[in-house]
Amino acid sequence: MRTLSVLLQKEFRQLSRNKFVPKVIVLFPIMVMLVIPWVTTMDVRNVGVTVVDDNRSTLSRRLVDNIDASEYLSVIAVCDDYAAALALLEAGETDAILEIPDDCESSLLEGRLKKMNISANGVNAMKGSLGSRYLMGAIAQTLAEVQAEKGLPASVEPTVVRNFYNPTLEYRNYMVPALMIMLLVMICGFLPALNLVGEKETGTIEQINVTPVGRFTFTLAKLIPFWLVGLVVLSIAMLLARGVYALSPAGSVAGIYAAALLFVLTMSGLGVAIANKSDTMQQAMFVMFFIVIIFILMSGLLTPIDSMPAWAQKITLFLPPRYFIEIMRSIYLKGATFGDLWHDFAALGVFAVVFDLIAVAAYKKRS
Amino acid sequence: MNETVISVRNLTKCFGSFRAVDGITFDVGRGEIFGFLGANGAGKTTAMRMLCGLSCPTSGSGTVAGFDVLREGERIKRHIGYMSQRFSLYDDLTVLENIRLYAGIYGLSHRQTLRRTAELFARLDFRKERNQLVGALPLGYKQKLAFSVATLHSPEIVFLDEPTGGVDPLTRRQFWELIYETAAAGTTVFVTTHYMDEAEYCSRVSVMVDGQIRALDTPAALKCRFRAESMDEVFRLLAREAKRGD
Amino acid sequence: MGNFGSFIKKETLHILRDRRTMLVVLLIPVVLMTLFGFAISTEINNIDVAVVAPHRTESVRQAVERMASNPYCTFKGYIPSDEIDRVLRRGEASAVAVFAADYDRIAAMPAPAEPAVQLIFDASNTNTAMSGAAYLQSILTGASAQASPVEMRLLYNPQMRSAYNFVPGIMGMIFILICALMTSVSIVREKENGTMEVLLVSPVRPMRIVLAKLVPYFMLSCINLATILLLAAYALDVPLSGSAGAIIAVSLLYLVLALALGLLISTLAEKQIVALIISAMLLMMPIVMLSGMLFPVENMPAVLQAISYIVPARWYIEAIRKLMIEGLPFAAVWREVLILLAMTVVFIVVSVKKFNDKLE
Repeated sequence: MRTLSVLLQKEFRQLSRNKFVPKVIVLFPIMVMLVIPWVTTMDVRNVGVTVVDDNRSTLSRRLVDNIDASEYLSVIAVCDDYAAALALLEAGETDAILEIPDDCESSLLEGRLKKMNISANGVNAMKGSLGSRYLMGAIAQTLAEVQAEKGLPASVEPTVVRNFYNPTLEYRNYMVPALMIMLLVMICGFLPALNLVGEKETGTIEQINVTPVGRFTFTLAKLIPFWLVGLVVLSIAMLLARGVYALSPAGSVAGIYAAALLFVLTMSGLGVAIANKSDTMQQAMFVMFFIVIIFILMSGLLTPIDSMPAWAQKITLFLPPRYFIEIMRSIYLKGATFGDLWHDFAALGVFAVVFDLIAVAAYKKRS
Repeated sequence: MNETVISVRNLTKCFGSFRAVDGITFDVGRGEIFGFLGANGAGKTTAMRMLCGLSCPTSGSGTVAGFDVLREGERIKRHIGYMSQRFSLYDDLTVLENIRLYAGIYGLSHRQTLRRTAELFARLDFRKERNQLVGALPLGYKQKLAFSVATLHSPEIVFLDEPTGGVDPLTRRQFWELIYETAAAGTTVFVTTHYMDEAEYCSRVSVMVDGQIRALDTPAALKCRFRAESMDEVFRLLAREAKRGD
Repeated sequence: MGNFGSFIKKETLHILRDRRTMLVVLLIPVVLMTLFGFAISTEINNIDVAVVAPHRTESVRQAVERMASNPYCTFKGYIPSDEIDRVLRRGEASAVAVFAADYDRIAAMPAPAEPAVQLIFDASNTNTAMSGAAYLQSILTGASAQASPVEMRLLYNPQMRSAYNFVPGIMGMIFILICALMTSVSIVREKENGTMEVLLVSPVRPMRIVLAKLVPYFMLSCINLATILLLAAYALDVPLSGSAGAIIAVSLLYLVLALALGLLISTLAEKQIVALIISAMLLMMPIVMLSGMLFPVENMPAVLQAISYIVPARWYIEAIRKLMIEGLPFAAVWREVLILLAMTVVFIVVSVKKFNDKLE
């Protein structure tokens, strides 16, 4: 115990004297939390529409006006032929083309509406499909108005949709918990790895290796500081989420911290294990980067696990962030309780123990 | 020779097909200053690292402070001190913090730590520098500090790997006074060096060439055997046979 | 020139000897392309649906059957109405379809005045809720509902696979990673170890020593470029429609830019950890987030869009996107190329100046 306490004193002194790392620990979460949520908005705005109006009728003009008035859409140009519109799309000036057929108005009045065509730029699939959906909505609304005015039969949508836990479908609410996890992955994974390889590169670890200090004690002394660092990072992020985005956990804060403790132990254990097996910072960094990128892309942080093919879904079972993201989103947005999530907590616990044991085992005092 | 504290039989270390240390055999007695000479790449550091439990021997056997080199590496570490070729205390801790750290690791009690620290500062005349960051100290001070930390817990044996590399003659002189004091207090000193004048201060010297020990005796006996004026000449005669370069 | 060659050889051996890093560097593009191409997708292709039905009449059963047999839906069973919150909260289903008590009557009306089904989504997963609503509505209303007034198609990428989109982004990221991050770290490492001083006192011109460090990373990146283009063309079927030459030319320019950036970082940082953090957190994060790789730039607030102008990867990705995906000719990307060129010149001038200042 005494050994652990002197080693911890040493780690904290070194951390506090470092000119760079404490700044990163405070500023990085602030930067990420203030900037990224604005970047990750999925509600597509400013979809530029070019209309090829072959009809030139009251209806087609009304369509153009209504589209332009829509919050998300703006009419860039009205062209006479498709080729001109396509040129605009290729130049990136417009995102979608709406073709109104020449007998559009008359076909509506006759009750057998001729179809209009939307051609969207599919390079950005998200913008393409969402943009066309907005466009379709604007068209449907205009048609319904006209139908009502002309006394033509219209119908109510046969289904209504209610959204629980995030009624306004705010994409930010979905991303903020994920960002907290990314912060913990990056800070609590990379920093311990860099710290330990740093000791190898400067040779200070050799002086430790000739002492009788235990492998377990030494590893613990490397893990515990980042435990606290992780809690600081998480707290900064949660305060910002509350202050800037008015997002507070619907469930218990204690549950979030408990899960974070397990998760940070897992990540820093991984970092220490990789550092133990690396000789240079470059090496540790790249191996770490490789693993982190798989963690971030595959664990459901940014894209749903359900959308993956079966083989990829099986891999996700071995990724610790998968369980943490489940816990974070459920507690933050749905107010889930420990009883709802105990199996995720159990999985994280197992990962923490296994990764930390690997970290201890990877530390060789003797080559 | 009185009581043996290091005893090595056919100790060998291979890296792949390269035999860095090739079957060395020797004994070191308590209180000796044992000089370990050899050209760069002769295998001195590798041999020393095996004795300290930093490196696992490929074959052979040995005991250090009564413990087996192969199986009891961690127990050896309680009884030895080690000062590496490369300065390896923490640059971003102060002198006092470094000392307290290692005192804690070696399990010195609070009272012992205070006493040893006071002794150490008096001996090194280090009072002013106690709260300075180690990284800011001149090299000579760093070396003396590293030596003091290596002997902080009064080990039975202290291993010094080229302890005076790169320091001025005056500091080297002071450093050897420290070594003598330590040996006089009963600690065995195992030291590698490039400086042949330093070899003259040792009670016994071994010369390694290409991973093997070519000569081992007191400096006087070696000079007599090779009909040489100085250790420098002895060394040059032996090193000429070396096949390995740097 | 002779000793320049020997320096390059030394650096190359240095990198080749570190097998693990080599392996990772060569594998990263393959793994990224595989993950983006085959594993992850922003599209929703499965929704777990539970059903609340006060009366399980024949027509309700038919509607549920339609849902259960749809490849995008997994039917999770009937639940009582007071279980809705629990089922959603525990993640046992991501949507609940609540059928009206008089579903049969409403469904039979030609122009229903009230909804027959209420769909409740777990909107904590915003994506699923957004796309799922459209899927489920169309399934439940079935083919009988009036046909949509509009027909929609996406150009260039009619299958709506986002497979194409990410390739330029991956390229933008990997080259910064290898050229900027690896070079800066390896130069700073030599500074930290003091080996740089040894090299600098040698008769070789200092700039050459640094250039020699850059060459192997440049070659590594070229291998990666080839890997990515081959994977894109043959594994993902991205039509490189005759633009391969232009793509390679723009990429080489970007490689030089990234190397210059790495050089700049190495002159600013004294410690490896600083170089790493600058490159990883201050360079990689903005690239991933602001360059339009994952999230379209035009959705961002004006301030962030302005910041994105100074992110080199943004221009590179835009150029590659035009060339690779839209199949536009080289002439269409002259603006991006000019901007990249200007940035490269600035980075080189500043880093050479900084480097020489340090020497004096």
